[in-house]
Amino acid sequence: MPKIKLPTKSPRIDMTPMVDLFSVVLIFLMMTTTFRAQEPAPVDTPYSISEKPKPNFDMMTVVLSNDGRVFFNVDDGPDTLIRFRPKILTEMGNHYGIEFTEDELKMFQKYPSSIGVPIENMKAFFAATDASEKAALQTGIPVDSLDNQLANWILYARQINPNVEAYIKGDANTEFPIVKKVLDVLQEKNVNRFNLITNLEATEVKLEEETIQ
Amino acid sequence: MAEIIQEEKGKGAKKRTKKHPPHIDMTPMVDLMCLLIVFFMLTSAFSKAKIMEIILPEKIKDPNAEPPKIPGSRTVNIMLGPDNKIFWYPGSVKPEDYNALPPVFETNFGPDGIRQLLLERNIALFKKIDDFEQEVITGRLRISQDSVQSSISQLKKDDDTGPIVLIKASKESTYGNFVDILDEMNICGIARYTVVDIAWYEDDMIEAAIGSSSGTTGSTLN
Repeated sequence: MPKIKLPTKSPRIDMTPMVDLFSVVLIFLMMTTTFRAQEPAPVDTPYSISEKPKPNFDMMTVVLSNDGRVFFNVDDGPDTLIRFRPKILTEMGNHYGIEFTEDELKMFQKYPSSIGVPIENMKAFFAATDASEKAALQTGIPVDSLDNQLANWILYARQINPNVEAYIKGDANTEFPIVKKVLDVLQEKNVNRFNLITNLEATEVKLEEETIQ
Repeated sequence: MAEIIQEEKGKGAKKRTKKHPPHIDMTPMVDLMCLLIVFFMLTSAFSKAKIMEIILPEKIKDPNAEPPKIPGSRTVNIMLGPDNKIFWYPGSVKPEDYNALPPVFETNFGPDGIRQLLLERNIALFKKIDDFEQEVITGRLRISQDSVQSSISQLKKDDDTGPIVLIKASKESTYGNFVDILDEMNICGIARYTVVDIAWYEDDMIEAAIGSSSGTTGSTLN
């Protein structure tokens, strides 16, 4: 009997289904992804049981870092034609006698995260090219009674976008006096209803209830 | 036009091309996709941040206006102290009582601490809310999600036995403590609570409590 010699071929794996699957997963991830906004300072939000999701627009956020700096962020409105951010900055500039150029307004509109620059340094902030230079200017928005820029940010944000709601995003280790200051500023501007940004934490309330009964 | 050209090509190519379809090597494509998937999975924020709503009473700007009166028997004062400690005392203290300040009780954020205390005092309302939620969960009561929320807030509004909690955060407390205690209010279903400035004598009360508990080597007053 003659031996039948099979040609030794390296087996070919058909990768088409794999590629199909990967495409589907990739498209899904691309569609659902919302990029984590990079904060200028690390902020570890505390945990709560609240399950209400954070909305995507109509929010002004006061960010409190654990070294006591205050940052402010406001969104640009639900669609790209509205452009709240440049308008708010223009108003702020008018109030403090600083005129911002078109380019600077555009940069502010595009700036992806919250800003903690006193208004006097805003121009220098836009002119800075280096990330470390920019970071050095993020000294926090003044909230003292002498120079309360946060109050004006809140005022103009609410004037430009009447639907805006206040959010506080604080680091769990922020000392309370700073939180108190921000709360006072908000209340002074008649913002009595605001939201604290937290992470979800599961709590077994059921268990507690059983021990009581 | 296009058809003719195709035909010509087909005729000319017939002799040269082999029958089996060309194999495209997909490995680089798969590699790239793997990379992209890993990138997107790492960068996307899966756990979206949640929000906790709080509503503070309006500040009284008129200096002559009387602050609202609340019954002292239902009042629980919670003071947030340093090092995640909580101090509480019932009733109210006036500045005139400075020489005879009542003792404060120390507790903590654990389930046996402040939650136990609040649930004990709020048991009537908590039971009502829990029964209502159970009825909704088990399907005995069919109502929409919106009216569940409004019914619960109505239950809270009608409540007149639960505690009135005054939250006073001292200078040494942190934002995390503040959120924790507000969260505790939500967990225990406290209908009436508010955030109040800490009074100077209450700072002294905390100090006294810390001093006495460290003197008696950690025996809690609870």
